[in-house]
Amino acid sequence: MIGKRLTVLDEADRWLFRTLMLVSIYVMFRGHNAPGGGFAGGLIAGSAFVLRYLAGGVLRVRRSSIVNPTRLIGFGLVIAGVVAALPVALDEPALSSHIWKFSVPVIGDLKVVSSSLFDLGVYFLVVGVVLTVLVHLGSDPLRSEP
Amino acid sequence: MTVIVLAHFLVGSTILAVGRKGPRLAVTSGVLVLLASFVSMIALGRRDTPARDTWAWIDDLGLSIDLRLDGFATVMVLVVSGLGALILAYAASYFDHDRTFTRFAGVFVLFAGAMTGLVLSADLFTMFVFWEMTSIFSFLLIGLDDRSEKARKSALRALLTTGMGGLALLGAVALFQVGAGTTSFVDLAESPPSGALVNAALVLVLVAAFTKSAQFPFHFWLPGAMAAPTPVSAYLHSATMVKAGIVLVARMAPIFGDREFWRWSIVVCGGLTMMIGGLRALKQNDIKLLLAFGTVSQLGFMMILFGLGTPSLTYAGVAHLVAHAVFKAGLFLGVGVVDHTFGSRDITVLSGVGRRMKWLAALAAANALSMAGVIPLLGFATKEKALVGLIDADDYVGGLGFVALVAVVLGSAVTVMYTLRFFVGTFGRRSGATDSEIHHGPGWLLVGPIVLLAGISLVGGLFPGALGDLVRGPAKSLDAAAKGYLVLWPGINAAFLTSLGILVGGLVLWRVTRSRSWSRTLPISGERAYDMTYEGMLSGSRRVTAVSQTGSLVVYLVATMLVVLASLVVALARSGDLSVTGTVVADSWQQGLIVFSVCASSIALVVVRHRFVSAALLGVAGFGVAVLFALHGAPDLALTQLLVETLTLVVFLLVLRQMPRRFDAAPSWAPRAFRLGVSLVIGAAVALFSLKVFEARDAVSVGDEYAVLAKPEAGGRNIVNVILVDFRGFDTLGEITVLATAALGVVSLVRMAQRHRRFHVDGEFEHEGQVTT
Repeated sequence: MIGKRLTVLDEADRWLFRTLMLVSIYVMFRGHNAPGGGFAGGLIAGSAFVLRYLAGGVLRVRRSSIVNPTRLIGFGLVIAGVVAALPVALDEPALSSHIWKFSVPVIGDLKVVSSSLFDLGVYFLVVGVVLTVLVHLGSDPLRSEP
Repeated sequence: MTVIVLAHFLVGSTILAVGRKGPRLAVTSGVLVLLASFVSMIALGRRDTPARDTWAWIDDLGLSIDLRLDGFATVMVLVVSGLGALILAYAASYFDHDRTFTRFAGVFVLFAGAMTGLVLSADLFTMFVFWEMTSIFSFLLIGLDDRSEKARKSALRALLTTGMGGLALLGAVALFQVGAGTTSFVDLAESPPSGALVNAALVLVLVAAFTKSAQFPFHFWLPGAMAAPTPVSAYLHSATMVKAGIVLVARMAPIFGDREFWRWSIVVCGGLTMMIGGLRALKQNDIKLLLAFGTVSQLGFMMILFGLGTPSLTYAGVAHLVAHAVFKAGLFLGVGVVDHTFGSRDITVLSGVGRRMKWLAALAAANALSMAGVIPLLGFATKEKALVGLIDADDYVGGLGFVALVAVVLGSAVTVMYTLRFFVGTFGRRSGATDSEIHHGPGWLLVGPIVLLAGISLVGGLFPGALGDLVRGPAKSLDAAAKGYLVLWPGINAAFLTSLGILVGGLVLWRVTRSRSWSRTLPISGERAYDMTYEGMLSGSRRVTAVSQTGSLVVYLVATMLVVLASLVVALARSGDLSVTGTVVADSWQQGLIVFSVCASSIALVVVRHRFVSAALLGVAGFGVAVLFALHGAPDLALTQLLVETLTLVVFLLVLRQMPRRFDAAPSWAPRAFRLGVSLVIGAAVALFSLKVFEARDAVSVGDEYAVLAKPEAGGRNIVNVILVDFRGFDTLGEITVLATAALGVVSLVRMAQRHRRFHVDGEFEHEGQVTT
């Protein structure tokens, strides 16, 4: 923790963290057709963690992320890499897009584009990077604090 | 063929992975693979047209893996696999089955695979690939005893020396590809190219061959390689790997051997190698080292035979290569038995070994006499052939043939001397010394291979015609003009008399010099030159690093800025016209306001001395830019910029709390003025450049095209996003990789700082550090 615990931050964290996470996921998915995308979504999720860090320090951030941040980076990179490389296996140029359309009973018509999956990889990676930096630079001051 | 080579790699890696559970089974499977290779290559090699496997690799560059089993390749594969099987079987009994044994067996089989691939290579590129593999496996085998510093050092030395040759070979591959359009031996032979590039390539080929085959001045790594266990020395460093350079020269000499510089370097280096190797063998007390220097000497001999490449010398070369592989491996294995049985390899310690083990002395005698070239052993017939070829070489190479002949005669006389030193020293009795004790007797696996090899040396010498017929085809596959035959009794002719002279001379010189100790060392030696180069490179690079990497952020920044400035100035100067037209001060009053605040915060940023304040001012500038993006109708950019700016600010604050609150006191005026000057100039240059760039546009904006394509091609309406994930997806992939690398960099830097503190500052912080890591 950097300074004293503040009620304002505690409350903001409690109310805003989940909201921000939801918003980040929304921003990521709408990215294909409206402003947003994996990068922006990942940054929003990252800022949710920053808020949590400011309120409760590294320990609370660690407790709220299920996976190791460094693994998250790898996970995102692998998704993006696989999505990019998969068309090569199908004898197409790398990163070719595929569009699938479904119609799901209640929700209606759904369109999935393979490049959205690529964006998902970017999202995970960006969240992982922010978390990694936060956890490592945020903890254990390199100089002792009085 | 490919299957055979791959089988080696499969079995070898399997042994490395799971061989520990059953060392006996591991060795058996390794021997079986080598035998399978031996048998199948005999079957394949009998065909009239050479078998050939070609696997395309990178078509655009003309690179492929190309294997071809012509006559010479067949002989070499038989040597590699036949001796490999014998020596691996021998090793099963030689080694204790300890932790290094399975590693030895696995790498040994891997090496055999790489060597098989090397001799099968039909082009220089394929050869290069296998060439490097053999260097690496040799490194692993020399350093098998990884707890011995000497072994590690020798392994590294061998790797660096042969690795340098590998680089030279790669250079030769590139030069041939550019200068001749092909690296295939067959294509090169069909239409021999010429020109400066080809000559440069040939020089590189010679460097590669000389390093690999331990020729002067690169001969020093081979004796060092004797740190390896004896079976390794017998196989890699006498029979197979060191022949790789010879194989390369053998392939090239018939095509390019008529160049003067080629012949001269071959004869000079080969001759010197032959002499130096032999003379240094005379100084050795360790019989294994003695044999190693003997190998160096013999390699020089073969280099001359193949390198001059006259028809009869090529033939003699192939024959002697086989003879040498047999007798030298036999001798090494004999040394292994002596070492194993009596616990020493030192001729000043050993005494009466011949009386204790008469049969071993007899077997070693057969191989040693073959090495010295005594009738009626195989080495006599092949060396005889070489002498005949050298005496006749005048017709092809003029006076150089005589030089080569003198070198070979002198070298052979020294060979006779060190053979005597080896044999008498090992098996004879020293006056006043008690006979050495037998520690534990050798098993049949240790003896069997030696019996076989000595048998080949003897029977091959008694009936040389058979071997002579066998190697004629292989010699012709190198050079269609190659000719010759081997005989037991050549009759009294010039070559025979020379041979006799060599033997008598060697014997007399040995008697005369026997009691003299050869302690004088030359002022320069290959080892010392190597060590000095190695140390020099290390300390030199340290010095360069110290000069170029000062660790001062200011220096780095100024250097970067100056480079940027130089490129901008060049670009502006080339356009010639510095006038700017059509500039609008601001599109709207909001824009003007934001630009004003961005500028104001930037100027304030330079002036303040408080770190936190400057970080905040940086944030103001960043947010201002985000608003500018939004005003220009780029919501995506604005959103991302806003978020990045927020997070950067947080990261800044996290780092800044570890640092002093204020910047360092201002340095004296001179460096300050310099920095200020650099900043102002670069600022002006960037501003001018940006303005000019907008004017200079003459191509159609790519955005229009993307806007049309976004929906049908990528199924998205947000063009920015579609560009990121689809049209320019590779860029994004690269960027996120950079991001990931940067994050990992942060992790390792923080960990390093923590570790540093835990070691260097008193225990007060120790607790903290452990909690977080």
